Amino acid sequence: MRYRLPLAASAASLPPADLPGLDPAHSRLIDVPESGTTGARKWHLLDNAATLSAIGAAPVGTILCVHGNPTWSYLWRRLVSRATDAATAGEEAWRVIAVDQLDMGYSERTGQRRPLARRVRDLSDLTDALALDGPVVTFGHDWGGVVSLGWAVDHPESLAGVMLLNTAVHQPEDTPIPAPLRLALRPSVLGAATVATPAFLETTLALAHPPLQQEVKDAYRAPYRDASRRGGIGAFVADIPVDANHESAAELERIAEGIRELKLPTLLLWGPRDPIFSDRYLDDLIDRMPHADVHRFEGAGHLLAEDVDYSAAALAWVRDREEDPADGTPPATTEAASPPLWHYLDELGDSSDIALIEMAPRSGGAPRRVSWRSLSGRVRQIAAGLASIGVEKGDRVSLLVPPGADLTAVLYACLRIGAIVVVADAGLGLKGLTRAVRGARPDYVIGAPPGLAAARVLGWPGIRISTARYRATAAAALQVSHSLAELVELGRGAPLPPAPTTQDTAAVLFTSGSTGPAKGVVYTHAQLSAVRDALAAQYGVGVGTGLVAGFAPFALLGPALGARSITPDMNVTSPKSLTAASVAAAVAEAGDGSVVFLSPAALANVVATTDALTRTDRKRLGGVRTFLSAGAPVAEVLLAAAAELMPMAIPHTPYGMTEALLIADITLDGIREAASAEANAAGGVCVGAAIGTTRIRISALDDTGNATGEPSAAPGVTGEIVISAPHLKNHYDRLSLTDRESRRGTPLGERWHRTGDVGHLDASGRLWVEGRLGHLIGTADGVVTPVGPEQRIETIAEVARAAVVGIGPWGTSHLVAVVETVPAARRVSLASMALAAGVRGSVPLSVAAVLVVPRLPTDIRHNSKIDRAALAVWAGAILEGGRMTRP
Amino acid sequence: MRVLVTGASGMLGRAVAAQIAHARHDVRTFQRRPSGVSGVTDLLGSMTVPPDVARAVAGSDAIVHLAARVSLAGTAAEFEEVNVEGMRTLLAAAAHEGVGRLVVVSSPSVAHAGTSIVGDDARPADPAGARGHYARTKAEAELLALSADSPSLRVVVVRPHLVWGPGDTQLVARVVERARTGRLPLLGHGAALIDSTYVDNAATAIKAALERVDTVHGRSFVVTNGEPRPVVELLAGMCIAAGVKPPAWRVPAGAARAAGSAIEALWRLAPGADEPPMTRFLAEQLSTAHWFDQRRTRAELGWSPTVTLDEGFRRLAVWYGKEDSSPLFARGSTLGLEPSG
Repeated sequence: MRYRLPLAASAASLPPADLPGLDPAHSRLIDVPESGTTGARKWHLLDNAATLSAIGAAPVGTILCVHGNPTWSYLWRRLVSRATDAATAGEEAWRVIAVDQLDMGYSERTGQRRPLARRVRDLSDLTDALALDGPVVTFGHDWGGVVSLGWAVDHPESLAGVMLLNTAVHQPEDTPIPAPLRLALRPSVLGAATVATPAFLETTLALAHPPLQQEVKDAYRAPYRDASRRGGIGAFVADIPVDANHESAAELERIAEGIRELKLPTLLLWGPRDPIFSDRYLDDLIDRMPHADVHRFEGAGHLLAEDVDYSAAALAWVRDREEDPADGTPPATTEAASPPLWHYLDELGDSSDIALIEMAPRSGGAPRRVSWRSLSGRVRQIAAGLASIGVEKGDRVSLLVPPGADLTAVLYACLRIGAIVVVADAGLGLKGLTRAVRGARPDYVIGAPPGLAAARVLGWPGIRISTARYRATAAAALQVSHSLAELVELGRGAPLPPAPTTQDTAAVLFTSGSTGPAKGVVYTHAQLSAVRDALAAQYGVGVGTGLVAGFAPFALLGPALGARSITPDMNVTSPKSLTAASVAAAVAEAGDGSVVFLSPAALANVVATTDALTRTDRKRLGGVRTFLSAGAPVAEVLLAAAAELMPMAIPHTPYGMTEALLIADITLDGIREAASAEANAAGGVCVGAAIGTTRIRISALDDTGNATGEPSAAPGVTGEIVISAPHLKNHYDRLSLTDRESRRGTPLGERWHRTGDVGHLDASGRLWVEGRLGHLIGTADGVVTPVGPEQRIETIAEVARAAVVGIGPWGTSHLVAVVETVPAARRVSLASMALAAGVRGSVPLSVAAVLVVPRLPTDIRHNSKIDRAALAVWAGAILEGGRMTRP
Repeated sequence: MRVLVTGASGMLGRAVAAQIAHARHDVRTFQRRPSGVSGVTDLLGSMTVPPDVARAVAGSDAIVHLAARVSLAGTAAEFEEVNVEGMRTLLAAAAHEGVGRLVVVSSPSVAHAGTSIVGDDARPADPAGARGHYARTKAEAELLALSADSPSLRVVVVRPHLVWGPGDTQLVARVVERARTGRLPLLGHGAALIDSTYVDNAATAIKAALERVDTVHGRSFVVTNGEPRPVVELLAGMCIAAGVKPPAWRVPAGAARAAGSAIEALWRLAPGADEPPMTRFLAEQLSTAHWFDQRRTRAELGWSPTVTLDEGFRRLAVWYGKEDSSPLFARGSTLGLEPSG
């Protein structure tokens, strides 16, 4: 870039005293001798040192903040205030210095170009002038991130950590720089866009989600009111190294490589909705600093500092570092190593016994049977094939393949070579799936045609591998690089790479997203093996067991268990499509003593379709030894109806979640026994006792509905359910803050997880689930959990299902019951006086109103979970006098 | 303690006078008609006649001031004369006589600007924002009284919301009469949550305020049953207690608010009655939520309601001689409303 920008020199000044959120007491001007010259430069910066000194707080360290282009230190105002407030409140004191880079904000307009290397030296000059010594945590945004990293690389003696908001340090040669910057960089555009007009500034300010308030925008504009003040903005853009010949390319490369050596605590806070610094730059940073704590704020963008409360997150993080200098990620399990997930594929590799049966293969026709020998060979070939096209241990592979033999083979092939499988459920919907896949940044996508088409259209990242063979033109159109058949060919006779260790990451499984955006849950190989071991021990599944999987996740575990997996005839994305006859047909293939896994929705349809069963079907179902309904609690009556269908089977309902697939378990008899025992007043659904290797604790709720109690096994206390198990997740993917919250208040050095579910333990050690943390109701008489009252209301004959929600402010909320009736209502209405009286009579709490709806809104994946938070908003609007809409 | 209760001929005034007398205080009442409360001394007179007021106040240790023009009709001057000037007269007399305590009975409408209220605590009285002569003059009176609060005259304000009970000539009698003649429409879908106050609860709250005035003076407290209910259930509860079929026809709330006059016509009493029509203010009251945060009230007054809504309806049924209908309020019955929607 040889464009000569107009750079006018002018002095530094203090910002206006009335900018929103900016305390003038923190503004100061300082003369800084300029290295390499005899002159000095005047800087404006925010600095809370004087305030800390005035209150007698000795700082434990300094956070050095560097803004990007075209913002100024105003970007960091919240961090300065929050750190000062915390120190005033007697908490650990952190000095925060937020600079205005020279030619930017209220610092001096130097009239000289300041390429990256100069800017890095400028920052050193400043910290020299401030006589700043350690510990220093740098914090940068945008190109300020690069400058701050440059300082970090040059000051290892004082550096204690590194924090970044959306920053890029490297432009891959094979990808163009972001379009907005490309445009701004055109010589014909650069001066006009950045200096002569405020276009670049305005474009940046428009990137906030939600939009910035007018006064805040004006504050950002304040130091850049006319062209003579904006020279630095243009110079900054011109300083982006578009190629290796650019004068700043070498310095950028020095920094980008230098940070690889920074083995210090690192926090990357990221807003993915950034047209400039997309997730690919986050990937690059993680690649250079793999130990970094990463948190992606779904929905936030380039102006992350305005979009989210980054300051609380950053301060909490630096404090954690003080308390626990080790990396925040908990140690992976060190339990006795369990054999790898694929060991039966090795052991049974010569067996002609059947490993997989698809009752209704997508290709049509008769059931597809795959022997262990065939499965084992296929897995080996695909694994070697993947390795031969360059898939390595630690690469992420997104699987967009519907459940079935292909998915099973690909899954075990990936596990075998240490590729990390990324699995998101189609139940997330296309939007949720896109968000999940983008967030997980797979290196490869293996998909069936619909998945690949979506990947193409929605621009999902990753090299694409198809399960189907395409003509060259179609493959090109879908940007498919390989087919599974090719991999098999490539893998025939090719060597397998070494197997991963038990501590290597095995999988990222996405949560259902029924409460907020889906989260990626990371498992190591040891942890996934522990999942298998927990299932095997709890349900006696092993070699020779027939496993009928009406709930897709369990079909995948069949080969790991040594069991024969049978996928019944059903639409896997719609559990409701499973009929009793399909189950009977699958059971016939499974043999006696089989285990049937179902979801609650599938179970309901199976019970509803028993009329179509033949005498033979019923006889077959009589051979089932165990059946499970997993995913959400089911009503006793439904489980009992299924038990009649499978009279020799013990019905179970496990309690678990994506983060720990099996925590507790209860049988039908157990449910009946629990029902006869008097639970505490809160009630709830009894999900049974912890399974062998799991520990369950309760973190008691306080008056504000927060689970602040120390996790305890004391019975009768309602609070958040906190769990620990060998098969618990390792951490959340790129959600460091969520991860931190999920471990809050649990013993250091152990792996615990706050479930977000609320319940209590009884005197027999059984767990009762009372609802979700987000669904608590803060009444004037105390906190109410919804499930207990809902169950009481559901005992009314006229009520099919009930949801209890709170309306009005926390602490003075009132209860509202929203019910589905028998027969179903055709429209939304207030309940009749009689029904309302019945509901009020059934619960020992005051119920303000009873609303009748045709159907309660329910999540797709489980077909059973009600979003009570959304329902509360809806009910609140009606009961405030608003229109009687559907929920 | 010698306590003067003004306005003791109304339903709430009588209950308050009886409550305080029951607590062995020497109670005198002041209003135009005999109070009908046993064990108290009636002093008859008018709030608009200062010598009457001065005579009543003389020798009192405390005053509970309920007397007000509450009707929904009348000119601004008529309301001001009783509610604002009456308060001024009372405050002057209290100061002159060295009365130490004053409980002013007000209304949540003094801080109500026509929007819904969902779990709010008492807000400051706002004459400029209040709707209608009644609310505006009560707001002015409340501000006058609170500005007179001092260590020598301790003033506390109690704002019961929608007081009802046996013998109520305001809300219950009107609702029942209109329902009896088939002229009681519901506004909107009738699901807006309304909190109300059974008369005995309002009376015990006022008595509690009197007893606690030394610690709570200078403040205002909204008082309710703390049991918000859909307005349709509240009205139906009153009708059923009186043995009258509850209303079943509806007027869109938007139309009611937009055309206050139309709804006023629908609610109008028999021709010639001096009582007012349904006003736009009442239309808003009955089609938007009105319920309150009672935590501060209960904690600071050391009070909580003793009569639940359902028990209140039962007592109302007894008063109407319709005890048969009482089971509805205890455990439900088939007698009910058609669902609205």
